[in-house]
Amino acid sequence: MVAPKSTHSSLSLGQRVSLGVSDIVGITYRNLIHMVRTPQLLVFSGIQPIMFVLLFRYVFGGAIVTPGGNYVDYLLPGIFIQTSLFGGASTAVGLSEDLKGGIIDRFRALPMSRSAVLAGRTIADLARNILVVVLMLLVGFLVGFRFHGSAAHNIAGMVLVVAFGYAFSWVFAAVGLMVKDPETAQIAGFLPIFPLVFASSAFVPVKTMPIWLQDFANVQPVSVTIDAVRDLVTGVPVGSWLWQSGLWTLGILVVFIPLAVYRYRNI
Amino acid sequence: MTEAVIEVDGIEKSFKTNRALAGVSLRVERATVLGLLGPNGAGKTTLVRILSTLLKPDAGRATVAGYDVVEDAEAIRSVIGLAGQYAAVDELLTGRENLELVGRLYHLSRIERRNRAEEVLERFSLTNAGDRPVKTYSGGMRRRLDLGASLVGRPEVLILDEPTTGLDPRTRIELWQYIEALVRDGTTLLLTTQYLEEADRLAHRIAVIDGGRVIAEGTGDELKTQLGGAVLEVVVADSSKLEDAARWLERLGEGRIRLDETRRLVTVGTEGGARVVVEAGQLLVEAGIEIDDIGVRRPSLDDVFLSLTGHAAGDGSETEENRKQGGTRHGRA
Repeated sequence: MVAPKSTHSSLSLGQRVSLGVSDIVGITYRNLIHMVRTPQLLVFSGIQPIMFVLLFRYVFGGAIVTPGGNYVDYLLPGIFIQTSLFGGASTAVGLSEDLKGGIIDRFRALPMSRSAVLAGRTIADLARNILVVVLMLLVGFLVGFRFHGSAAHNIAGMVLVVAFGYAFSWVFAAVGLMVKDPETAQIAGFLPIFPLVFASSAFVPVKTMPIWLQDFANVQPVSVTIDAVRDLVTGVPVGSWLWQSGLWTLGILVVFIPLAVYRYRNI
Repeated sequence: MTEAVIEVDGIEKSFKTNRALAGVSLRVERATVLGLLGPNGAGKTTLVRILSTLLKPDAGRATVAGYDVVEDAEAIRSVIGLAGQYAAVDELLTGRENLELVGRLYHLSRIERRNRAEEVLERFSLTNAGDRPVKTYSGGMRRRLDLGASLVGRPEVLILDEPTTGLDPRTRIELWQYIEALVRDGTTLLLTTQYLEEADRLAHRIAVIDGGRVIAEGTGDELKTQLGGAVLEVVVADSSKLEDAARWLERLGEGRIRLDETRRLVTVGTEGGARVVVEAGQLLVEAGIEIDDIGVRRPSLDDVFLSLTGHAAGDGSETEENRKQGGTRHGRA
């Protein structure tokens, strides 16, 4: 009747990993079902970046002078990263909704891997993010954006876009677990993105900003990553932005995965 | 001596300045039901969260199925089922998808989790609703699914936290029938509730918890006996005479006296019998207090709770009111 007391500690590392993967698949699948069954959310997460494209391409774009002179090619890498970041922020909202609804309690009382709820959430959000970024690519083509890099560079650029968003998903996972309610999470997710996206090279060249702001805008991860993506997809020689951006992405994952898992364990 | 499946020894837990559990000890024997009875804020949910490894205790020790809640948390999770107030089902998934997801997270094989989901749907009369999203379910169906989800892993120990709170009376009785069937099958169950009737009906033993302490423990009958064999109830004609009547009736009682001003009712725990009714009648007539009604009845768990804690097991407002009443009576006695 009673399970032998040693069953759990006796699992080999390999067995644990395969059970953990199965847990992640289960949670990811659950979150993907959510996405499919709330199509309105998917639609709205696409509308906002489209409005940004149209706004900057046709309203502000004429007044912004960029190196090379082709503003639409300058703008779209910024839009991709912005879209990817906002996608990451939805991780905070999704997790805090689960917390509030009580389903996290059920998961935490089950013999499943402790990081699977977070991994499953971020992976499902990654899937949606890829969808939205593809949509933005299509919209970009419609308004005149073109790839100018080699195929490998173009692909690397788009991979960097979603990888960067995925890393931020973990930041927002930690945020969502800290604030614990969806409304606060919405705002808490938006707040850090706002200065990072707007005080960056996303929409205007950093050189047009006041010196003190340039100092921030030149080193912060969003600018660095946008510049790296821009180098890759516009076919100019790839500068130091690429490895800096890669380091930021890795660094964020290394810091925030353990932090989010720690928060999850100690809700 | 029978085997204890849940053993709790001196568990303490505080949240900032709020002492939720101030040294709770109890045991639940195999294939029995312990009802943990107490008002809102008594510490029931905190104890449930500690036993289901969602929360770590500050002090004390607790084991479930022989596993320590702190040291062997992971092992406990594979032998318990948790349902009720704080466990939940997924609104957007269908009933079946919910159960299969839980099965997967218990690491059951694909076939096993399919079969278990089917079994559970059948057991809780949800087969027809199994492929509908849970958001279309009624409150009762949702609780049934929640209860069912906690059974998917065939747990040795089931923990139900206020399983019927917020349900209408008919749905509550319906859910009781499902829980009673589980009890008949020999499930070891810890059940928390604010409803005395629920504890009386479902539990073999009842622990009354208030202010983070167990203040009484026993079978429903034992607790009722603790109050005295019977309860004398007197309804006075004039509510201004209520306090007077209480002073006179104090001589007859063993337990604490309670006043209910709106119903002009004095309740006294006594030995019972016709003699008490006659004596009480005589006393009040001599004192010139007119009475509308007088009688003796078996005590309910409500009486037990009131006499133990000085307030009812109901919700906050009621509790506050009764606390005041109980307080004044207590001061006088």
